[in-house]
Amino acid sequence: MSARTRELFGLLPVSLLVAAGFAAVLATRTQDVSNATITYGAVFLGLCVIAHLFIRARLTDADPYLFPLAALLAAIGLVLIYRIDADLAREQAQWFVVGLVFFCGTILAIRDHHVLERYRYTIAAVSIALLAMPRLPGIGGQVNGAFLAIKLGPIQFQPAEFAKLGIIIFLASYLRETGDILVRPRLRPLPFQRQLLLYGLPALLTLLAILVLDLGTAASLLLVVFVASLVAVLRERPSPKHFGPLLLVWGLAMLMLIVIRDLGSSLMFFGGFLALLYAATGRLSLVAAGATMFFGGAVFVANNVSHVHERVEIWLDPFKRGVVDNEGYQIAQSLFAQADGGLFGQGFGQALLELPGGGTILPAPHTDLIYAVLTNEAGLFGAAGLIGAYLLFVWRGYKTAMLASDGFSKLLAVGLTAVFALQVFVIVGGVTRVIPLTGVTLPFVSYGGSSIVANMVLLALLLIVSDHARSERIRRGGLV
Amino acid sequence: MNRQIAQLFGLTVVLFAILIAFTSRWTVFDAQSLEDNTANRRPLIEEQRTPRGLIFARDGRTLLARNRAIGRGEDRVFTRVYPTGGLFAHPVGYSFIRNGRRSLELFRNDDLVGEEDEFQSILSELEDQTREGFDVVTNLDAGATRAAVQGLGGRKGAVVAIEPQTGKVRVMVSIPEYDPNRVPSAFGQIERDPNQPLLNRTTQELYPPGSTFKVVTAAAALDSGKVSPTSVIDGSSPKTISGVPLENAGGQSFGPISFTDALTNSVNTVFAQVGERIGQNTLVEYMRRFGFYADPQLDYPDFQMVPSGIINGKGDYVDSGFDVGRVAIGQGGLEGEIRASPLQMALVAAAIGNRGRLMKPRLTDRILRKDGRVKQVIEPDLQSQVVKPETAEQLAQMMSRVVEEGTGTAAALAGITVAGKTGTAEVGANREFTQPWFIAFAPVENPRIAVAATVERQPPGSAGGTVAAPIARSVLEELLGSG
Repeated sequence: MSARTRELFGLLPVSLLVAAGFAAVLATRTQDVSNATITYGAVFLGLCVIAHLFIRARLTDADPYLFPLAALLAAIGLVLIYRIDADLAREQAQWFVVGLVFFCGTILAIRDHHVLERYRYTIAAVSIALLAMPRLPGIGGQVNGAFLAIKLGPIQFQPAEFAKLGIIIFLASYLRETGDILVRPRLRPLPFQRQLLLYGLPALLTLLAILVLDLGTAASLLLVVFVASLVAVLRERPSPKHFGPLLLVWGLAMLMLIVIRDLGSSLMFFGGFLALLYAATGRLSLVAAGATMFFGGAVFVANNVSHVHERVEIWLDPFKRGVVDNEGYQIAQSLFAQADGGLFGQGFGQALLELPGGGTILPAPHTDLIYAVLTNEAGLFGAAGLIGAYLLFVWRGYKTAMLASDGFSKLLAVGLTAVFALQVFVIVGGVTRVIPLTGVTLPFVSYGGSSIVANMVLLALLLIVSDHARSERIRRGGLV
Repeated sequence: MNRQIAQLFGLTVVLFAILIAFTSRWTVFDAQSLEDNTANRRPLIEEQRTPRGLIFARDGRTLLARNRAIGRGEDRVFTRVYPTGGLFAHPVGYSFIRNGRRSLELFRNDDLVGEEDEFQSILSELEDQTREGFDVVTNLDAGATRAAVQGLGGRKGAVVAIEPQTGKVRVMVSIPEYDPNRVPSAFGQIERDPNQPLLNRTTQELYPPGSTFKVVTAAAALDSGKVSPTSVIDGSSPKTISGVPLENAGGQSFGPISFTDALTNSVNTVFAQVGERIGQNTLVEYMRRFGFYADPQLDYPDFQMVPSGIINGKGDYVDSGFDVGRVAIGQGGLEGEIRASPLQMALVAAAIGNRGRLMKPRLTDRILRKDGRVKQVIEPDLQSQVVKPETAEQLAQMMSRVVEEGTGTAAALAGITVAGKTGTAEVGANREFTQPWFIAFAPVENPRIAVAATVERQPPGSAGGTVAAPIARSVLEELLGSG
């Protein structure tokens, strides 16, 4: 069976799921299953088949599972949003169509993704500009204290969703070039005196700093890991010329935290960067140094930027008196909704969503808390199923990276997949109180035009890389 | 590079596993504590959306609690309405989202919200039935309740009427009452009221029972064979009991007198001697059989009941070291004073009226499904065999003399023989008030109703026979007359 036929068969269960999901929601709402449900399923299947035919024509050898998985996630999203608000679902369906257009457009425009390398500095500049846009007066604005969205006329737009793609493209290209030079092969062992100097002095200084500054356990640990990894990095004698830009990326992530005031998105960006750095160099010390720098910076920002600080406080104890009905309301309600779901959930369309006096009991159920709605309705099993679907998507993404033969393709696929996985972790982790809750969307599932469109472009890029890698393998007679 | 990519995938698996672990934590492991979290309004909203079961009086028609729907469609919620106002406030209670629940509304909550066992709820889920509460039919009698309220006439006090053979509680009146319909709007005011309208005086308040307690003493004495109804005992006054002189009411001296006559005239000195004759241990043993020293086994919330018993000056329950002679006549001192709730004294009368068999008191008669099918009938249940049937017979005859010719003539009913006992305890810091009591059952040949009535802090000279007996009489008349 060819890859494309497998893809087509993969879409069938997805369409069934859409029809069944809409039927369930409609049944609980109006007591009768109208033709609408079949229509919804059919239209969705039609759209997916069109996209499939397009992939068949342009990317013959691309991974057969990525598109059906994305369609599955989008289908779950549509059903959930339909259950929350039918009008929003219609808009989301329109955005899905727009996303498909962008998806095909990307595939048409970029025949070979290596062309992106040529424009990497332009892409980087545009991405950073995009990130800063919500701070611009007139079009930008604060939502829940974070600067994540801009308004252009009637369209609200989250530039960070697109910036994440640009920054990954830039980093993949940059690290492809410098990854090998960043670290040099290990030379002969150092003489004893130099070793003492290299390891002893920082150790002494660290100890002194801990004692003088009277640091707590966590801070001490952070400092020790940081210094140790920094020493290990220095031992590799990296060239400052190539190392500079990496410091710049860290600075940028910190700045982003301060400028857009969103812990989640900067965690996502910086995490993607670290994943790329690790894939490119294979040096854990670099990642550890970067991670501790980020963590230290984040703690500093958390203590000094009130919005971020507040989010962290809420995260630590959302049930505190006075907090639970105000700032902590969202996360507390998220947990209550999940508890209400239990193992198997209340059933689609059955969970309590609306307050008797009007309004929803969960704030932002269609965006931030859509995972909580799913858990409420489909229970732990449904939620684990969703996470499983994401894990399969991530698996196919990394698989694509492994099959790719050149550095840029590998790094691009790694970066896109890593940032996708991190986005899932940041928002689901926020909703389940693993980390502080931030306003990142759940890819393909959450309501939101920018999110759907950007993730469709991400999918297109992954498929382009996959098509190249696999067709090359097939040409060489390898199994894929 | 592929090794690093595989490691990155491994990291993703770990991160996603953390997500599932946390989701399990909220959905399964911590679910109960989250549901119980006071900030979680879900259970309350869910509950508001299902109509609660109705609560009926004994006739199955008179509504004591019903629902009013507010809003329509998805937004429709239900709130409680109590058509009889404060009349049944103490036995029925209230149930409101903001104020919580009380009394039967609390005790029968599972039924009233329609809670089924696991198997049943799956069945009704399959049948696509919307959840609805079950109706509760009580044993409460509207007419007799009104008679009791009228009898008390606004004075603080309590009246309880029970069917001796079944334990069915037909009247539970505590004055002052509160209007449960006002609970949502004025709960603070009701709660702070110095007259304590929320206090159920039939189960939550303990009073010195006075001479009504002589029934317990007599039961213990007769049953243990220490005296017989014809035993003659010296009833002169005063008599030294535990080193302190004790007087009869009004200082009246009776001389040698039969045990039956001693009860008829409520002779303190005789009963104090009888108390000393049976001793602390036997008296306490019989009290326990009557239900003292434990919460009444009533279908009612624990926090709204207190045990009757002998209580010392520090407020502790004691079962030894007290002045048994004075306790035997319904008094006592700092080392131990007898205190009883009106329900407990009604149970004493009921046990004697039912040939010594004490039945568990029951407010609920049956639980009904919405389609009228009976879900559960609360069957009569024996609590204890307090005394031998013969003892109960003897005591019943003695008590009927009290109403025929003794202190309780005000409770006599035309054509029906009533057995009863008066009591007049002195209360207040300087004993400036009285606590009149009357306990009774009727008809003596086949007792169908036992009753206890008491009034708080009455002016001096108010005796059980003149103040409490007429109240008991009107309740008996209402219950026995109507059938």
